[in-house]
Amino acid sequence: MSPAVPLQLTRFTATSCLGSGLASSRAALEQQRSGLAPCRFESARLDTYIGEVPGVDDVKLPSRLQRFDCRNNRLALLGLQQDNFEAAVRTSAARWGHRRVGVFLGTSTSGILSTEIAFRRLDPVTGALPGDFHYLGSHNSFSLVDFVRRYLELEGPAGTVCTACSSSAKVFATAQRLIALDLIDAALVGGVDSLCLTTLYGFHSLQLTSAAPCRPFDAARDGLSIGEAAAYALLERVPGSNAEPDSIRLLGVGESSDAYHMSSPHPEGTGARSAMQAALTAAHATPAEIDYINLHGTGTPSNDSAEDRAVTALFGAATPCSSTKGATGHALGAAGALEAVLCALTLQSGLMPGGLNTRQQDPRLKVNYLTANRRAPVRRVLSNSFGFGGANCALLFGRAA
Amino acid sequence: MTPLIASLQGVGVLGPGFDNWACTAAILRHEAAYQALATLLPAPGVLPSAERRRAGRIIKLALAVGAEALAQAGADARTLPTVFSSSGGDGDNCHEICMTLASEDRQISPTRFHNSVHNAASGYWSIAYGCTRPSTSLCAGDASFGAGLLEAMAQLACGAESVMVLAYDADYPQPLRATRAIPDAFAIALLLAPAQSERALAQLQLELVGESPTTLNDPQLEALRLSIPAARGLPLLESLALRRAAVVYLDYLDSTRLAIGVSV
Repeated sequence: MSPAVPLQLTRFTATSCLGSGLASSRAALEQQRSGLAPCRFESARLDTYIGEVPGVDDVKLPSRLQRFDCRNNRLALLGLQQDNFEAAVRTSAARWGHRRVGVFLGTSTSGILSTEIAFRRLDPVTGALPGDFHYLGSHNSFSLVDFVRRYLELEGPAGTVCTACSSSAKVFATAQRLIALDLIDAALVGGVDSLCLTTLYGFHSLQLTSAAPCRPFDAARDGLSIGEAAAYALLERVPGSNAEPDSIRLLGVGESSDAYHMSSPHPEGTGARSAMQAALTAAHATPAEIDYINLHGTGTPSNDSAEDRAVTALFGAATPCSSTKGATGHALGAAGALEAVLCALTLQSGLMPGGLNTRQQDPRLKVNYLTANRRAPVRRVLSNSFGFGGANCALLFGRAA
Repeated sequence: MTPLIASLQGVGVLGPGFDNWACTAAILRHEAAYQALATLLPAPGVLPSAERRRAGRIIKLALAVGAEALAQAGADARTLPTVFSSSGGDGDNCHEICMTLASEDRQISPTRFHNSVHNAASGYWSIAYGCTRPSTSLCAGDASFGAGLLEAMAQLACGAESVMVLAYDADYPQPLRATRAIPDAFAIALLLAPAQSERALAQLQLELVGESPTTLNDPQLEALRLSIPAARGLPLLESLALRRAAVVYLDYLDSTRLAIGVSV
């Protein structure tokens, strides 16, 4: 259910392999620069490309929150510190009250990297985990939200949404409902997911990683490139007066389940299609009103084929669309929020980013896939996120004016 | 805030010494003695055989309580949105992946990897019942029961025709068990419909408050409530079992509680 309450993204920010904060993300998109590089992460020995955020290891958590120290929460903090985002949240909490600001973030693996490393350091006699391992601090999926709430001193309703690669898209739906019901006045939503061995080796085991930088919608696409990101938005009601004319609005959220397979999309993209349709319905929008679609576009043969069918069935083959994963990699549980922020940039600038690495569009795929940047007035955009377990979510954003 | 309201259509319970809702209600009414026997997980007959072979304990647990609540309500799972909430997900599977990644040969199995997602139970549920309606999967650590119930009641208040919420947790093997001492598997499923629906077992009204949590008099049951996040819902089940109007305060985040007004 997606209630019709107009919400604005009062502030938003993204940190990915394109750089920390909006300015570097914007510059990379304008220059068509990819952040993907050969995998040299930790002890991984895999022939694949990844989108690693530079400088995560140098981030220091406040000493009172040391128990939360792990790569994922360092990335979470790095992301909060960009674009005056932290200050905007603190201002919102001061205005509405700390109990009136919710925190809903998506992640797929939280701080599992710390657990993976701790399992190499089990006590040789007892088999126990090392004493510096903190289950609730890093391992549990709630660690991310717990850390962010405590760091920002927020006390409203909160939770981690864990629906794999649609996690940080679905947080918008949860927050929208609680604001509509007046349980909260504002919500910090977003996603943080960081590189770890579970996903690198896991996607490799499914033969879903490419040995080259991912090429969404290419005839020769052969898998994804794993990335990492922290992306956030501060959601608040659109003020009755003094509404900013160029503010970015959340107009609709659509969700569905595939009910098909744990790790493959429905080949006809029926679940993807119904999520997109639900987002349109919630926003009272028609397919023709959508100026650009940020595709899930992972670069796996099955995802892009199913998504192409879903998009063309609903929109035809004219709507400009692209996947930004050739630039950022697939940030998994943070992908929904990262791409929501990139969509907000598109709405602001009119720059529809051309998908990178795609040399020849698969002739069987019929969408209007952009490989070069295009500039045009953009008023409504859709962003797709589809996860393992068949968890689909589509977000519809627009400009106020 | 205006309280969130719902009518309860079905309950499912499974845990150590709790085989189903009828047996649980008898224990909570003190008509039957509580015996802390290990949780018995039934085979998930509703799953196609390929998925049944791949389903671990956490999947069996969630599917079992969901099936009980469905049967009690006579509801059709195909048209039912779901909210899954768990603190830890599949601990056995996580253990195996971490052991493999710490070994020389890091090749984890594809099935282990796809079962590692926190929304695995939701995925299996949707496949089992052919349910294409929205489903979310939450984690709020020790507050996971409250987070799931709040999300489900918020969905109803925003117009969902009915919602199933399933809260479920299982124990980790060592060495993680020493850092997260969940003693056994426990789950509660509640099938909720809009307020004043027919065939309701009770009406529920939810508000966020700051009161102390409702505790259970039996020390064994109170220990269970405190040691398994999904069992934080036991005071609500006790109130339902006693068929007495009451307000119970369920643990949520920090000093916040869910005040659940129960009327029968």
